[in-house]
Amino acid sequence: MAPPPLSRALDGVRLHVVTGKGGVGKTSVAAALALALSRAGRKVLLVEVEGRQGISQTFDVPPLGTSEVRLVTHADGGELWGLSVDAKAALLEYLQTFYKLGRAGGALEKMGVIDFATTIAPGVRDVLLTGKVYEAVGRTAGHRRGQGPRVWDAVVLDAPPTGRITRFLNVNVQVADLARMGPIHSQAESITRMLRNRQSVVHVVTLLEEMPVQETADAVAELSDAGFGLGAVVVNQVREPLVDEALLELAAREPARTRDRVRTDLAAVGVRATARTVAGLLEQAHDHAERVALEQSLADEVAALGLPRVDLPTLPSGTEDGGVAVLADALTRQGVR
Amino acid sequence: MASRPGVPAIDVEALLTDAGTGVIVCCGSGGVGKTTTAAALGLRAAEAGRHVVVLTIDPARRLAQSLGLTELDNVPRRVVGVGEASGGSLHAMMLDMKRTFDEVVEAHSTAEKAEQILANPFYQAVSSSFAGTQEYMAMEKLGQLRAQAAREDSWDLIVVDTPPSRSALDFLDAPKRLGSFLDGRFIRLLTAPARAGGKAYLKVFSVGATIAGATMSKVLGGQFLTDVQTFVAALETMFGGFRERADVTYALLKEPTTAFVVVAAPERDALREAAYFVDRLASEGMPLAGVVVNRLQTLAAPALTGGRAAAAAEQLQDRTTDAGHGAAATASDPLEGLTPALLRLHADLADVADRHEGHVRRFVAGHPGVPVSTVPAGATDIHDLEGLRTVGAALAAG
Repeated sequence: MAPPPLSRALDGVRLHVVTGKGGVGKTSVAAALALALSRAGRKVLLVEVEGRQGISQTFDVPPLGTSEVRLVTHADGGELWGLSVDAKAALLEYLQTFYKLGRAGGALEKMGVIDFATTIAPGVRDVLLTGKVYEAVGRTAGHRRGQGPRVWDAVVLDAPPTGRITRFLNVNVQVADLARMGPIHSQAESITRMLRNRQSVVHVVTLLEEMPVQETADAVAELSDAGFGLGAVVVNQVREPLVDEALLELAAREPARTRDRVRTDLAAVGVRATARTVAGLLEQAHDHAERVALEQSLADEVAALGLPRVDLPTLPSGTEDGGVAVLADALTRQGVR
Repeated sequence: MASRPGVPAIDVEALLTDAGTGVIVCCGSGGVGKTTTAAALGLRAAEAGRHVVVLTIDPARRLAQSLGLTELDNVPRRVVGVGEASGGSLHAMMLDMKRTFDEVVEAHSTAEKAEQILANPFYQAVSSSFAGTQEYMAMEKLGQLRAQAAREDSWDLIVVDTPPSRSALDFLDAPKRLGSFLDGRFIRLLTAPARAGGKAYLKVFSVGATIAGATMSKVLGGQFLTDVQTFVAALETMFGGFRERADVTYALLKEPTTAFVVVAAPERDALREAAYFVDRLASEGMPLAGVVVNRLQTLAAPALTGGRAAAAAEQLQDRTTDAGHGAAATASDPLEGLTPALLRLHADLADVADRHEGHVRRFVAGHPGVPVSTVPAGATDIHDLEGLRTVGAALAAG
């Protein structure tokens, strides 16, 4: 069965959750996705929750504090904003909003209660982090939630890695045993409703390498069992096959003739064609072909997941110097808007 | 691998064969090849005559299979296929975090109390999801393996892989975080009634206690607090044990018989993490063997520069066009186009190699004197003992 087209998978989506194994470029992809979405004259918020300051590094802006910061403004009115959610600050803000704690917040901090609740009490931290996302997704220009137009056209969450994503999103299950009632419990219920509705999808970023593909398959199965909507599989750092396969097969069949030919060609353009250089060039091509073949078999595994696939190119110099814009271009070309 | 001028490589052979090396800890950020490095070092040491146990945290499935780790049973298994001509041996195990925690509880409390703790929802959540539990349990398991090795005279080298955490430093900080949790004022408050002199203690903190208790109840629901109190009271008797063991293991990491191997990939972020870790080890007085940079792009035709290769590819292409060769000629000359393709591939690889080299150079400049070894990028992933031997040989070559 052919996967649904990307445009259908993204239709009506307002919350994009981006996950992936550590080291696959999850943060860059989340940033590129947010940038691509903001280009169509829309207001987009990019949120990070792991305190890594990945947004600040990617967009080359000062470290983000607890408030939203404008990162990019497009000529057509589109805007990209960034937010780094900190669990402690979120808890204090939360207590302030709902309980008007005043200076008692400081006392709680001193008592270690804030530390306790945000670093130790399982689930509470994730409820607070996803709670900020929930708030942003539902925020409206009116005085009350649900009144007036939405503030954000789309929210992109740079989420925890594949190994923890299902637990992270499953906040109400996490706190179900611990907080059976009370505001944290009902907050968790509302968040879960939002995360499971059709306006939220999870995108999984991978490389065509064994471990990331394996974790992608595991995460897709877990997320879908847990009832979360899946968006696209984003294959990052895609390698283009540079040497024609048929040529390499021929070269392998006739090694002596191939070596002669390469030597003659190199000499013709003035490159010193030592035996080592000729053999080295052919060895590199052989390794490259092996890698491409492995990637092809991993690509088949990715295809078997039945999700729309988006490819992103390898950036020669990483995401520095506008690399994110290059990735965003690639996303736009493939139908992200 | 040719070593870098002025930069010492890790003396892997000396590290592995020196009977004074008892523990090797492989650490680094996620996705840099820690597990492979740990397994490769363990295998090489075993084949050099050491009795080695490798503790892995989260190995790729096929690598796990090649080490015989098909079951997650939390005990080391002997690895089949290891060259034992030098009299060594290799055992490997995969960490089961929850099971390790359960065993700690069972070993340090009465059967009745253990049952009570294991059934507590708060314990269940903490033992399977508390950020840091995996790191703490890796430490705990390291302590256990060391005690077992001493008791049974079974292993003389323990190689530890560390959890795939967000930051490499988590491994060092998590046990302390658990310790400070247990020592925290709030926890002491919760457990105060269970302790002698609890009343006086409560009195001192009564104002704070009221606010804290009331707020937690409001926010989390009353049941939560009751569960926490039950859990904490049940764990009370074990607290001393927990802290003591965490301290002992932490102290073990500072001994000269321990060697840290910081693993990185030749990328900006991974080397930045490696730099943090190297600095941290220095400030903690923990012994650093050196930094391993995995998957470094190397060239099989190093004499040819990337720029020259790209230019030559263009020249060849131009010649073909000028000579009026084209699609028609391809049939008569099947190797047409091969050399330009080889040159373009070389130019690409040379770019990557330059970038990798630049990242490594920047790290070296900031950390003069720190031994750095590199492992070249292989064409495919490592998932058998032969692949691990190749990595081990590359490590030993610097």
